Amino acid sequence: MTKLTTPMLATLTTLALTSGVALAGSEDVVVDDAWARASIGVNRPGAAYMTIRNNGDEAVTLTGISTPLAMMPEIHESKTNAEGVSSMAPAGEITIAPGEAAELAPGGLHAMLMQLQQPMTEGDSFPLTLSFSDGGDVTVDVPILGIAARGPEG
Amino acid sequence: MRRRTALGYGATALGAMGLTLFVGWWRVDGPGAPEAVASLPLPLTEMDFRLTDHEGQPVGPETLVGRPTMVFFGFTFCPDVCPTTLSDISGWLDALGEDAGQMNVVFITVDPDRDTVEAMAEYVGYFHPAIRGWTGAQDQIARAAEGFRASYERVPTDGGDYTMNHTASVFLFDAAGGFVSMIDYHEPREFAVPKIRRALEEETEGAT
Repeated sequence: MTKLTTPMLATLTTLALTSGVALAGSEDVVVDDAWARASIGVNRPGAAYMTIRNNGDEAVTLTGISTPLAMMPEIHESKTNAEGVSSMAPAGEITIAPGEAAELAPGGLHAMLMQLQQPMTEGDSFPLTLSFSDGGDVTVDVPILGIAARGPEG
Repeated sequence: MRRRTALGYGATALGAMGLTLFVGWWRVDGPGAPEAVASLPLPLTEMDFRLTDHEGQPVGPETLVGRPTMVFFGFTFCPDVCPTTLSDISGWLDALGEDAGQMNVVFITVDPDRDTVEAMAEYVGYFHPAIRGWTGAQDQIARAAEGFRASYERVPTDGGDYTMNHTASVFLFDAAGGFVSMIDYHEPREFAVPKIRRALEEETEGAT
């Protein structure tokens, strides 16, 4: 295992700063009202919800999510058709226009957390990183509410 | 010549547009539209299936006759729609207060392979205490869904896992077992609760 030396750290910091300057869009992303439901054990997938707001002047595209909590996190979308049948599928990339927001809410878009590494316990929270097409990341802390929670207020 | 070609293109485009419109009409409103099949659930008294509730008791449609009933289909490995439906229903039951105690509220799984009696017991325990969880053999689940005119389908997912598409509406029956109405997925409480009250009132009417 190599230790990070001070010059290396300096280089990394410079790199981070430089890439930060090069970003277009994702630095203007603000995430509000993040929440998730507690899980029963680790066998069932979890779900997290939030509002992803683009306060910038350019469209941003959410390309993926990651979290130490789950091996396979993915944005999914639930849909209910005219016959009342619900289905769920990966949502793919999500583009958010300037001044608009993507709403991840029950019954629609959600962060589906597959292959949980540990149970989601009410009262805990976990980091969730959103990755954007400009190379920028936004990490949010997602509070875990009860299984029967209906919104960020519980 | 040029002009004629342009006109020709225009006419073709118009024709194509007309055809598209016609095909659309044919399939949606016209003779080609899917028939409005008898999609209403049967009365509970005409259904026939054998399942097990989350306490291990044998149950069937006759278990529900005698009290107003609310039934919905789902599965416990469902991360979004099912917990939302269960918490919606818990909220409606809270809004009904004591009247909720006069109802049968049943969650029937469409995924009995994973939703064993134990799994159902653990899961329903997190929601309103009136909610019962029913599971059983695949063929009996299929018969139940047929009676309620509900549909479900197993769909493979990326990780070698699977998810279930299923009817997410909530079915309401009066105490005699007759179908009263349906609450659509995620219908707001101000619409859902009066519908449930109607099912409860039909019981009173039936009794007099």
